[in-house]
Amino acid sequence: MNVVVCVKQIPDPAGPYSLEPDSHWLVRPAEQVLDDTDRYGVEMGLQIAQANQGTVTLVSMGPAGSMQGLRQALAMGADGAVSIDDPTLRGSDALLTARVLAAAISRRPFDLVIAGTESTDGYSGIVPQMLAEFLDVPALTYAKQVVVDNGAITINRQTAVGYDVVDATLPALVSVTAGVVEPRYPTFKGIMDAKKKPVEVLTLADLGIEPGIDQKVTSIADAPSRQAGQTIEDDGEAHLRIIELLESMKVI
Amino acid sequence: MTSIWVYTQEQQGEPAAIALELVAKARSLGTVTSVYVGTGSQAAFATLGEHGVSAVIHIDPGHQLPAAAVAHALAGLVETAPPDLIMFGQAYDDRDVAGRLAARLGRSVLANAIDIEVGEATTTRHEIFGGSKIATATVTGPAPHIVLARPKSFAPEPAGGPAPTVTVVAPADPGRSSAVIKDSHAEEKEGPQLEEAAVIVTGGRGLGSADKYGLVEQVARPLNAATGATRAIVDAGWVPYSKQVGQTGKTVKPDVYIACGVSGAMQHLVGMKDSKTIIAINKDPDAPIFGVADLGIVGDVNNVLPKLIEALNQRS
Repeated sequence: MNVVVCVKQIPDPAGPYSLEPDSHWLVRPAEQVLDDTDRYGVEMGLQIAQANQGTVTLVSMGPAGSMQGLRQALAMGADGAVSIDDPTLRGSDALLTARVLAAAISRRPFDLVIAGTESTDGYSGIVPQMLAEFLDVPALTYAKQVVVDNGAITINRQTAVGYDVVDATLPALVSVTAGVVEPRYPTFKGIMDAKKKPVEVLTLADLGIEPGIDQKVTSIADAPSRQAGQTIEDDGEAHLRIIELLESMKVI
Repeated sequence: MTSIWVYTQEQQGEPAAIALELVAKARSLGTVTSVYVGTGSQAAFATLGEHGVSAVIHIDPGHQLPAAAVAHALAGLVETAPPDLIMFGQAYDDRDVAGRLAARLGRSVLANAIDIEVGEATTTRHEIFGGSKIATATVTGPAPHIVLARPKSFAPEPAGGPAPTVTVVAPADPGRSSAVIKDSHAEEKEGPQLEEAAVIVTGGRGLGSADKYGLVEQVARPLNAATGATRAIVDAGWVPYSKQVGQTGKTVKPDVYIACGVSGAMQHLVGMKDSKTIIAINKDPDAPIFGVADLGIVGDVNNVLPKLIEALNQRS
């Protein structure tokens, strides 16, 4: 079984994010990390591949840089990776991202494509669905639980009021929520092996795609700021300040 | 006159709350058609009419996931008579249909909008960096433009309109993209809900361990407050996803928001920073949550909360 997991390298969320002047694109350092939410998809892919004698191939679009983030996912146990890195992809919207991922994925037969629900840095939350449309496969979205059995896939899909049990046949795409599985930590051997695993680097020309982006950010402004509040050190009686405030608001 | 479709997912027999929010905005921009997805009823359509919807396109996908069945049907309608704008909410089924429809039509999507203007281009505003900056974006190209708006960006407002005209459209056969809903489960709802509560008490990783979330619940009880959580502790499995506040969870605007052991990651702030009054308790004086707090307490939640609980319980 061929399992493809879409992953994204993002600037370390612990550091401050900044934008390039004029283009307003996110500044992406050479050292990027694996989007934390992708660890769930990678883990899910590894478990399904293992149960079905399959392989896991990572697919990632964006500035490859040092490939630190991709190596993190390879260190978890993925077999190889495809990285699409092209300067004309800067400022991509969800549509172009999905077109590129679809073109890269459909170069080889696949049974299951796994993606996170949304990236931490872009969070449009529609790339998996667009990708499914381009691949003409069902999109089983917001999966809290996934079972693959004998060419069929069943998920528990998060809904506004609970969850639905949803069925489809493979090939299919599934987008997973955080918490769907417990991601493994890479072992030392995994980290060493990851350095030798194959990473295929592609450009848009390799995929036969003409870039085109119909949206752009035109300006950035400061949001209206809240009136500055008061911060105090707890001297053992700070809870009384909360009580006072709640009283003054007539909450209690 | 600008023609606008508003995606309206049926939820427990009624138009989803977010759809009525979008309808209120759409009404200020042009004529509004609701794309109503679900079983449908005269009552549901009448509600839409009261909110200013003049026409309904009713699609019932039955047991199919709406995604492909509805998106493909809509793509067919767009080919014959495209609206200028299609608005979706940043919600589960909305995103599924919007994504597939946009891919099928080859349209760029503006996601996470908090405001929308129409003209030659469609212009939207977006909160970035945890809401500290506002980005303005535009999309050009052939109609329809497609926008996804965040919940609570607009206030729903009944306008007292007549019942809309209803056109029934058959769902498309999704072919290879078929996905079937076998069973639906509703989670038991207990106590005040995040979306409606006047007071919310939220816990984060600063609590230290899963069993300490009980402190959050004990603060909430005498205040009749809903309890929330950060993504970090939902991911860690301390509490269910339905409690998550933030970019990937719920957007809330209560009168009082009490953040306990919450650092204030960007993705959390965007879901709660419009609360009227914010109280934060955190050990780290540099935690970003203090940047939005009206009252910030630098201290250990495990010291402050037990005293707060005792003081609250003595009063009630």
